[in-house]
Amino acid sequence: MDNIAGQKAGLTWAVNIAVAALVLLWLIPTVGLFVSSFRDRDQISATGWWKAPMPVELTFRTRVAAADQEPTATGYAISGNVFADPSQARWFPSGSGTVTRFGTRGAAPTEFEAGTEAELRTGGTLTIADDGSFLLQNDESFERPVTLYFEARTPPQFTTANYRTVLTADGMDRAFLNTLTVTIPATVIPILIAAFAAYALAWMEFPGRALLIAAVVGLLVVPLQLALVPLLNLHNRIGIGQSFLGIWLAHTGFGLPLAIYLLRNYMVGLPRDIIESARVDGATDFQIFVKIVLPLSFPALASFAIFQFLWTWNDLLVAKVFLPSAAESQVMTVKIADDLLGSRGGDWGILATAAFVSIAVPLLVFFTLQRYLVRGLLAGSVKGG
Amino acid sequence: MPPVFQGIVTILVGVGGCIAYFWVSNWLLDRVIFPARGPNIGRNINRANLLRPWLFMFPAIFVLGLYLAYPVFGSFVRSLYNRAGTEFIGLGNYMTLFAEAGFRTAVFNNFLWLLVVPAAATALGLLAAQLTDRLSWGNIAKSMIFMPMAISFVGASLIWKFVYANNADIGLINAIRDLLGAERPVDVIQIPFWNNFFLMFILIWIQTGFAMVILSAALRGIPEETIEAAILDGAGPVRLFFSVKVPQIMGTIVVVWTTITILVLKVFDIVYTMTGGNFGTHILPSYMMSFMFRDDGRATAVAFVIMLIVLPVMVWNIAQARRDMR
Repeated sequence: MDNIAGQKAGLTWAVNIAVAALVLLWLIPTVGLFVSSFRDRDQISATGWWKAPMPVELTFRTRVAAADQEPTATGYAISGNVFADPSQARWFPSGSGTVTRFGTRGAAPTEFEAGTEAELRTGGTLTIADDGSFLLQNDESFERPVTLYFEARTPPQFTTANYRTVLTADGMDRAFLNTLTVTIPATVIPILIAAFAAYALAWMEFPGRALLIAAVVGLLVVPLQLALVPLLNLHNRIGIGQSFLGIWLAHTGFGLPLAIYLLRNYMVGLPRDIIESARVDGATDFQIFVKIVLPLSFPALASFAIFQFLWTWNDLLVAKVFLPSAAESQVMTVKIADDLLGSRGGDWGILATAAFVSIAVPLLVFFTLQRYLVRGLLAGSVKGG
Repeated sequence: MPPVFQGIVTILVGVGGCIAYFWVSNWLLDRVIFPARGPNIGRNINRANLLRPWLFMFPAIFVLGLYLAYPVFGSFVRSLYNRAGTEFIGLGNYMTLFAEAGFRTAVFNNFLWLLVVPAAATALGLLAAQLTDRLSWGNIAKSMIFMPMAISFVGASLIWKFVYANNADIGLINAIRDLLGAERPVDVIQIPFWNNFFLMFILIWIQTGFAMVILSAALRGIPEETIEAAILDGAGPVRLFFSVKVPQIMGTIVVVWTTITILVLKVFDIVYTMTGGNFGTHILPSYMMSFMFRDDGRATAVAFVIMLIVLPVMVWNIAQARRDMR
């Protein structure tokens, strides 16, 4: 088809470039998050993630004690090297580096270029050379310690420190387990219930079947918001309250319409001969369902399982309403939205890492089981619609 | 009991319970209530078969009824009562809502979302589907555009918070502005009115992949003859796309459009994570959550307004499903 008529090489190029641009636009934000999660937190706020492989200029300060001064011909002087300060050993393990600019005040830490001479407000002059050696000079003796500010080039640093912080100190490990605890029962239980119902709607004749199918299609679009208040009140009245049991039940209920709809659409398309001949051979509906229909419906079961898994894993609304808000039962989405964004609002490294921890499992599921996901989407939308 | 252990027990009890229910109820029906033997064997088998579909469907009907059908009525009734739920105030909650500027903003924004997000996601999805269709690396490209579907709305919001950050050293948008010579960074999620579009783009980013996957399958389903005929008649690629391909997949486009429309009315996560509804960005789902736990009467009233907006789509869906079944 490609070369029938009117296909020009230029057009092919344009298409390639357009798609590449689209893919880049779609991918870049996620890549940024991924890169940021491995960067040092000081470097994150100093340069953009797109400059991650390049050295970063960070500002440091160091204090020089007045006791180090020595008398000279014209007064007093203190000399030394700014990189000798042990508090910066993390950045300059070899004890050397390159100073680009320096300053005498915290308000303007990069006022002067390396190698030039600066006036101190308290009297005297300061020079920092680009190798880090500094010289403080004054006519009178230095009474108090002097704080030097300098900007130095630091090598790009990639670290897993953010992951360690998030997984140990910030309680994401607990939230991860909670998410898992919510997700698995909420995925498995609706499948079973839905499969039986879907079989009945697909292969059993009874009055009111069409009406029930219409009802399922209708319930497919009922906004979740409607269910929140009445069901939470109901849970409170019957003693479930805000608990894991409550959220499993809620997810089961909310997932069922799609499950029944997808599975019925699939089961209805199974070959009639197989089921009829099993009936003639004396199999009961229960046997037909368990031994024939269920195994044949595996692709549809898998699609729904992936949907429900992604939906429950990624859900924020249901978790906020049906789970207690205390830290020990927070799932990851709630943890990030309510806890980390508030308390760690400016700590981009921690936020990026937490986000990546929460999306890692869905991404893994997505890339390994994409085939089933696509098939499920198609069954739900193209056929049924 | 630690929740993980509780979860395992629940899986076992839930799955075991389901299997036990179906097995035991079938056994009871076939062996005890209407045994397939004795003098009434024919009548018994017929009666058992009449009852069995309902046995199969009972758990589903029960859960659906309790968790989705009952709330429609429960919410409506609750919305007619005051905050504490003690006094019947008729449409009082709705009156208060409509008198509130915040609610009107939320409704306005929500219609903006309903207008922009489904249209943009469907259009971009269609574009991506068409462009990647016959590309050698089309499947990889599709996979990448489809990927945000797996990411939670919270995760996606965080990803875009980075892009939108009010800092040229973190946010890509401000970095580009900086490169073009802008003097100061802007906080795009605080620009009145336009900030809504920056929030919408997050959902468009997520949903384009969905639209693309479905429309791409629809494009592949177009009979080759129609395309060949159009090419032989001298149609260019643009004409071919708009006059031959698009009309043939119109049904699927409408399905994608309505599916995303419904989704827009459910998503509160993005607004909640990005702005918390500040800077005039509330939409109905997030506005509803701001009353949740504080004023059940108002919360259910907002939820019911959402239901009223969804209603036409629901009716259309049901009509469509019934037509397909015939």
